Amino acid sequence: MSTEEFSTRKYLRDISLPFCPGCGNFTIINCFLRAVHELGYEDLRNFVFCSGIGCASWIPSPHFEADTIHTTHGRSVPVATGLKLVRPELNVVVFGGDGDLVGIGLGHLIHAARRNLDITVIMVNNMIYGMTGGQVAPTTPFKATTTTTPYGSFEHPLDATRLAVAAGASYVARWTTFHRKQMKEAIKDGLKMKGFAFIEAVSQCPTAFGRRVGLKTMKDMLTWLKENSVPRDEAKKMTESELVGKIVVGEFARRRLPTLTENIREVIGGVTKGVKTS
Amino acid sequence: MTKQKSSSTHFWQGNEACAEGAIIAGCKFFAGYPITPASEVAEHLALELPKHGGTVIQMEDEIASLGAVIGASWAGAKAMTATSGPGFSLMQESIGYAFMTETPCVIVNIQRAGPSTGQATKCGQGDVMQARWGTHGDYASIVLSPNSVQEMFELTIRAFNLAEEYRTPVVLLADEIVAHMRENITTPHSDEIAIVNRKKPKPEDDAFFGVKEIPPMPVVGEGFNVSVTGSTHNEYGYRFTADPKVHQTLVKRLVGKVTNNRDKIADFECHSIDSCEVGVVSYGCTSRALYELIDLGEKERTKIGFIRLKTLWPFPETIIQKMAQTAETIFVPELNLRQIFYEVKRAVEGAATVVPINRIGGGEMITPEEIKTEIKRGMKRVH
Ligand SMILES: Cc1ncc(C[n+]2csc(CCOP(=O)(O)OP(=O)(O)O)c2C)c(N)n1
Ligand code: SF4
Repeated sequence: MSTEEFSTRKYLRDISLPFCPGCGNFTIINCFLRAVHELGYEDLRNFVFCSGIGCASWIPSPHFEADTIHTTHGRSVPVATGLKLVRPELNVVVFGGDGDLVGIGLGHLIHAARRNLDITVIMVNNMIYGMTGGQVAPTTPFKATTTTTPYGSFEHPLDATRLAVAAGASYVARWTTFHRKQMKEAIKDGLKMKGFAFIEAVSQCPTAFGRRVGLKTMKDMLTWLKENSVPRDEAKKMTESELVGKIVVGEFARRRLPTLTENIREVIGGVTKGVKTS
Repeated sequence: MTKQKSSSTHFWQGNEACAEGAIIAGCKFFAGYPITPASEVAEHLALELPKHGGTVIQMEDEIASLGAVIGASWAGAKAMTATSGPGFSLMQESIGYAFMTETPCVIVNIQRAGPSTGQATKCGQGDVMQARWGTHGDYASIVLSPNSVQEMFELTIRAFNLAEEYRTPVVLLADEIVAHMRENITTPHSDEIAIVNRKKPKPEDDAFFGVKEIPPMPVVGEGFNVSVTGSTHNEYGYRFTADPKVHQTLVKRLVGKVTNNRDKIADFECHSIDSCEVGVVSYGCTSRALYELIDLGEKERTKIGFIRLKTLWPFPETIIQKMAQTAETIFVPELNLRQIFYEVKRAVEGAATVVPINRIGGGEMITPEEIKTEIKRGMKRVH
């Protein structure tokens, strides 16, 4: 734990955050920076942040006082792959929305988890395409009204957390912006764990999602997130149909598996032996 | 290939020569996705690059491949990918990103016959305009065109050097024939190969995206806190989309890096262009026929000159204009349905008649005989 008092200031550039009032991204920034502070990092010097396009992708870039790479929509994970392979000593952290990471960028996420690339991915799931004004996302609840599903969404949402577990991630957890403390702890665990860490931060977007589904304010949305959340242990006792529309929260995976860099070293280390890497 | 104490000869395939050139140029990262006729570049590097401290990874698609290359470049490595038409199409958004963020990298496109899956194993030269204009928005490209195994080696090195010097993506636009043929090549003594490395910032520098025409490029993790974005940004890398001046300053500088240095970048081989009556302009595999036209001129008592383009973009229009001062007719053979033809026509501004010679499908080259026939027919037309 850092000896200094926590202040977001020391990690942020003097640029105002672009989010709407009541946006869950404020909470997620707070959780992340508190996690970093509690892990004892006085600054973000050893971090590189990668993000795609969307409101959530604005979390690190350009606001964090660190190296930040704002990539194209959905391509933060491949860029992070190149960064990490060349500079394995850096903490590479990806921020992105659900559209960015499990819509357009889904393939990359699965493959990075499969490779167990040693990075931390924080996916802000606001169940909508926020930045573009509220179109349906792969995470939008069944029958929810969005601008491109004016009669309600006729598709079922993707469970990104379970997918990350199946794909081979070392650490996977899901919490909502109502569960600030747990979210912060999960981020700490994700940063500490070696291997691919995936944290799904279910979040509120009152502007592009809430107001179209009858949850107009941040408070309405947080209440909804709280009431719909089911801890993982309880969920195990429930049936599939009972779980429809619920947000199962908790830790889903914690396993020490060899990382991509470690596997490369194991398999072709003999070839590179004696050669200066990087 | 390790550091060479003396020059040596090799019997290499074009793609192999490209991979060897990359190693000599200092490439330390390769990411790619299998595709005919480019896969040998990845295969050869997978075998050799680890011996030089580099990393090769096969990604899930070409979008991811160029993404990883861009990440590797910001991590300080010289990085490359290799593909063919379908993969090159997928990479276009990221090519624009690399241009906008001034990320040096090399993209090898071994052309096959398109559009779409087309003829996967057959040669084509149909991606010339895509290589120039493939991504959206205003931009300028550097595109090199090798016509031999020797040049697959040399121009790959040059592609890295140009990428590093101008801080921009560079395309090596080869074709199936040049990539798959085997020839003897000579690689010089390592000391004789000029290698360019990107300019790094001084500790006090903070304008990594402007002020200078080619600003210094930091490496992540070295405390520069660099902000990289594909959005319009100011010289410090911060997104700034409200002021049209910021966009104009940025995009004009990025384009200017290439256009202001056209004469330094553009490269070509010329034969008898000062006094030719008939000119031929060609590039890549098709240009291999040019050398056989020289005696035709003597036989027909016509002076034939040619320009072989080693750089397609920026287009070396000055040399074309020079040819048009004496040539009445300029023939442009290429394996597509007219691409560089239009560029030649634009450059000569009516000073010469420009005649296309085209072929697509089947992967066959345009033979010297076919070009000769066209020239003879053209001469009858003119006289
Ligand atoms: C290739 C491409 N397609 C579409 C867009 C437009 N676009 C910008 S943000 C976005 C969706 C963002 O949604 P999400 O990732 O869920 O983030 P949020 O804004 O909700 O935080 C889209 C589709 C784009 N920038 N690039
Ligand atoms: S649109 Fe939604 S996600 Fe985007 S800033 Fe506003 S509240 Fe947040």
